[in-house]
Amino acid sequence: MPDLATSQTSRGASLDVRDVSKSYGDVKAVRDISLFVKAGEFVSLLGPSGSGKTTLLMMIAGFEYPDAGVIEVGGQDMTYVEPNRRNIGMVFQRYALFPHMTVAGNVAFSLRMRRVPRNTIDERVRQALAMVRLSDYGHRRPDQLSGGQQQRVAVARATVFDPPMILMDEPLGALDKKLREQLQIEIKALQRELGATVIYVTHDQQEALTMSDRVAVMNNGRIEQLSSPKELYEKPQSVFVADFVGDTNLLTGTVVDIGNGIASLDIGNGNRVQGAVARESGAGIAVGDTTTLSVRPERAFLEAGSPQGLSITCVDEIYTGHDLLIVGRLDTGATFRIRTKTPDAAPASGDRLPVAWRPEDAVVFPGKAPEA
Amino acid sequence: MSTNSSALGRTPAFLMLLPLIAVLCFAVFWPVANLLGRSFFAPDFTLQYYETIVSEPLYWRVFIRTFWISALCCILCLLIGFPIAYAMARTSAWRALLIAACVLGPLWTSILVRSYAWIFLLQRNGVVNDLLIDMGLIETRLRMLYTEGAVLVAMTHVLLPFMILPIFSTIRAIPTDLERSARNLGAGRFRAFLTITLPLSLPGVSAGVLFVFILAIGFYITPALVGGPRTLMIGTLIAQQITELLNWPLAGAISLLLLAVSIATALIFQRALSVGRIVGND
Ligand SMILES: Nc1ncnc2c1ncn2[C@@H]1O[C@H](COP(=O)(O)OP(=O)(O)OP(=O)(O)O)[C@@H](O)[C@H]1O
Ligand SMILES: [Mg+2]
Repeated sequence: MPDLATSQTSRGASLDVRDVSKSYGDVKAVRDISLFVKAGEFVSLLGPSGSGKTTLLMMIAGFEYPDAGVIEVGGQDMTYVEPNRRNIGMVFQRYALFPHMTVAGNVAFSLRMRRVPRNTIDERVRQALAMVRLSDYGHRRPDQLSGGQQQRVAVARATVFDPPMILMDEPLGALDKKLREQLQIEIKALQRELGATVIYVTHDQQEALTMSDRVAVMNNGRIEQLSSPKELYEKPQSVFVADFVGDTNLLTGTVVDIGNGIASLDIGNGNRVQGAVARESGAGIAVGDTTTLSVRPERAFLEAGSPQGLSITCVDEIYTGHDLLIVGRLDTGATFRIRTKTPDAAPASGDRLPVAWRPEDAVVFPGKAPEA
Repeated sequence: MSTNSSALGRTPAFLMLLPLIAVLCFAVFWPVANLLGRSFFAPDFTLQYYETIVSEPLYWRVFIRTFWISALCCILCLLIGFPIAYAMARTSAWRALLIAACVLGPLWTSILVRSYAWIFLLQRNGVVNDLLIDMGLIETRLRMLYTEGAVLVAMTHVLLPFMILPIFSTIRAIPTDLERSARNLGAGRFRAFLTITLPLSLPGVSAGVLFVFILAIGFYITPALVGGPRTLMIGTLIAQQITELLNWPLAGAISLLLLAVSIATALIFQRALSVGRIVGND
């Protein structure tokens, strides 16, 4: 058991989740999850609503106990330790600031519980508030602060006792885009300074990609993929990840040829497309299988005479500021999107456009594409 | 412009309220004012009825007994009601419903029925005496009916819902994340309750105590039936003055004192409430 009163470690603790499952009645919220996070690492849990992110976080914080499995923090078994004895910081989605205490009272709470001497408390509260740039707000009530300021108080409160690990459950979910981006940077900087391990729940993939050392994509109570943002985006290991992280085109077809890790698919109407076989499923794909190819809109380009021999009919084009999104329709009827740097001559609706991509920029997965 | 149109918009609403206001005036305010007014005239202006009350120890005893029993009833309701309200607010929906049905069910039963039920239980040949004798705990039957204890128990039973409801709704409105947050920051179960849930539930507690106390000091049916003539309370006293002694002015004087005490209590609690908001602040 950690000694709460004297823990002054500013270095992070590792997290080891092994074979953890949790059900609520018939609902399997978390299914046999294993996850190892190094000390000081920033790992995001990314997934759609109901995928079990909060449930996993609650078990790490100690508010729920797993039905099976072990949770270790800093090498110590924490699976069934009371939440108040875990010494883990937590930022709740709705901040959960105590409305009947001042900002300073909120930040001081953890130190009071640890019986830290009065003047030490004052000093550390002052430091924590300075760190989140709220030095002058100590005497205010939480309801006298803006959403962004409340969020910063929540961060100060969760970090003032120097926890080796901090859990955040969609801490920026209630804020507007601009403020969110600003606070993402602040949280990231704070984490570097404190050296704490951070487990960060979000369903905003952009947030997960920009902030994290590694991202765990969750679906249906499982971790579909745990890897660096770059690898997640460029080498997704399942259709779900390809579809959920970033924007992608999914084409379902039958394998007609495999060689050198590149599969050729017949997607109907005589169209052939090529992509790299997903690493994880390499052994599982054979000629004749139904598979799904994923290609990012920005990896496809408008070019004639490509190996793909694919054309789209332009339906719409959307100017986004930094590029142009062309929405087209394949001969099979499927929608296909391409992002390009603004071309010299923008295509018009109804134009036939040749489409191509490098085979290694597309990924082929076993199975049909999920219905959108 | 805008003031004009909103004033126009408000007038018909006010007109529609007029019949209701008229009915209230004739059926409630006028008789009450009449009763209270009579206490000052005999037939000229006089304070003689108030002098009678002050100089007669019987009335003093009734007043003190009423406050004493009402205060105890408040405390009992709070001690029993708070844990129930807390459990209701923090358990699953269908369990909360079950508790509510058990505890609040009495609200849909007539007070008369509930009071007679207590008579049935507590009387000399009643269920409680039978039980105690069968279990060999007592030899002779106890006199439980027509005691202050009986009044207290019956009143607590009748008034309990008025304590539970406001506390329940206040606790239910406290996000569970606050308690969790306190636990996460190092507070044990009990300290999380003491530092977070309890202070935040004070407005509900205060409303419940106020409800129960004011209802209790003016309570009539239950004390009259369960307490009998020996455990007279203010409500019973007023009724007695009117129905048996036809002493309307004296009844009016007692009523006015009761009203004054009720208003004073409400004001004090309002103060206590705003003080309660400051408590727990650092
Ligand atoms: N206390 C609970 N009782 C019953 N079912 C629950 C409870 N908490 C979560 N669940 C269920 O477990 C599943 C996972 O929920 P969880 O809250 O972990 O999802 P999430 O990934 O955090 O979703 P969101 O992005 O919406 O917050 C859901 O199907 C949910 O309905
Ligand atoms: Mg959640």
